[in-house]
Amino acid sequence: MVYDLIVIGAGPSGITAAVYAARKEMNFIVLTGDIGGQTIWSGDIENYTGYQFITGPELAAKFEDHMRTYGISVKENEKVRAIEKVAGIIRVETDKALYEAKTIIIASGKTSKELGVPGEKEFRNKGLTYCATCDGPLFSGKPVAIIGGGNSALDAALQLMKIATKVYIINNRAELIGDAVMRNKVESSSIVEIMNDANVVQIVGDKMVSGIKVLRHGKESLLPVEGVFVEIGLVPNSKFADIVDKNELGEIKITSYNETSSPGIFAAGDVTNVPEKQIVIAAGEGSKASLGAFRYLSRNR
Amino acid sequence: MAKNVTVYSTPTCPFCIRAKQYLKENSIQFTDIDVGANPEKAEEMIAKSGQMGVPVIEIDGNIIIGFDKEKVKSALGI
Repeated sequence: MVYDLIVIGAGPSGITAAVYAARKEMNFIVLTGDIGGQTIWSGDIENYTGYQFITGPELAAKFEDHMRTYGISVKENEKVRAIEKVAGIIRVETDKALYEAKTIIIASGKTSKELGVPGEKEFRNKGLTYCATCDGPLFSGKPVAIIGGGNSALDAALQLMKIATKVYIINNRAELIGDAVMRNKVESSSIVEIMNDANVVQIVGDKMVSGIKVLRHGKESLLPVEGVFVEIGLVPNSKFADIVDKNELGEIKITSYNETSSPGIFAAGDVTNVPEKQIVIAAGEGSKASLGAFRYLSRNR
Repeated sequence: MAKNVTVYSTPTCPFCIRAKQYLKENSIQFTDIDVGANPEKAEEMIAKSGQMGVPVIEIDGNIIIGFDKEKVKSALGI
């Protein structure tokens, strides 16, 4: 079957696109790895209109409920591998199946950037984590290292310096770049050791992490840590979308109508070059993309 | 017969919250263990699952790492 539309992703952008598509009675499906996207990782949200205060997991649940109200066909745990165009039809290949549609909306968002060093994959969840909020409490009474120098790294440091025995911050810049208020707190802690101009070159251990190798000023040293928190930013999930133009960050370039360089392929939210990455913006972009796809279909019927 | 369900979690982890929400929505009774506050139980979770990520959901001895809805469903038979 050739769908009118396939929405890729179910964060605020993909879900909003789906709600709009349902209301236009389009014949469509949603393909996604998870539901909620980055919203679920947000702590307290106080800037989503209509909610003076809501937590990330709660808002994500509300998004999901809203989408489910329309009985939308959502295929979860499906990772998109590739998209291609054959005779004007867009083919979307996932790890489970192949789908075809007249239009698609890429709303696949962003995920944590990886270090790309030996040991990272082997020790993932075995001492190495990308979510300090989730796994931080497990490292109570242990020495840890945080990789990164921005706000998310400082956030992790503020949390971990209360419970860990030692907190190394491995920052590849000359200075920390996060907010001054947080920086001052972290810098004044007696258990925090900040290593600027330093790069992690390897994660070591047996069954679990036992240390990291750090290269600094030409010298390599081994730090004994049991926890490694990777907080080096986000990358767009746009690898599969090699038939559309992207910017130097890998974000999909879009017009103000959410059109990509390839007609019929729309994109929305954090995976795009839209300025500012916010939940409310991602949601708005999703609605624009959906209306854009609807208009495209009416024109090309 | 009701299954024996345990959720090893931390209070701040989003997928722990979602997993517990999901169990509640489906009227599944479970024991919630905060591994951040209980180092012995944290070790137990690590020994059982071979890893340190939360949540870990145990359903009648069946260990599920992360909130994998499909695996939870099939283990619960719902």
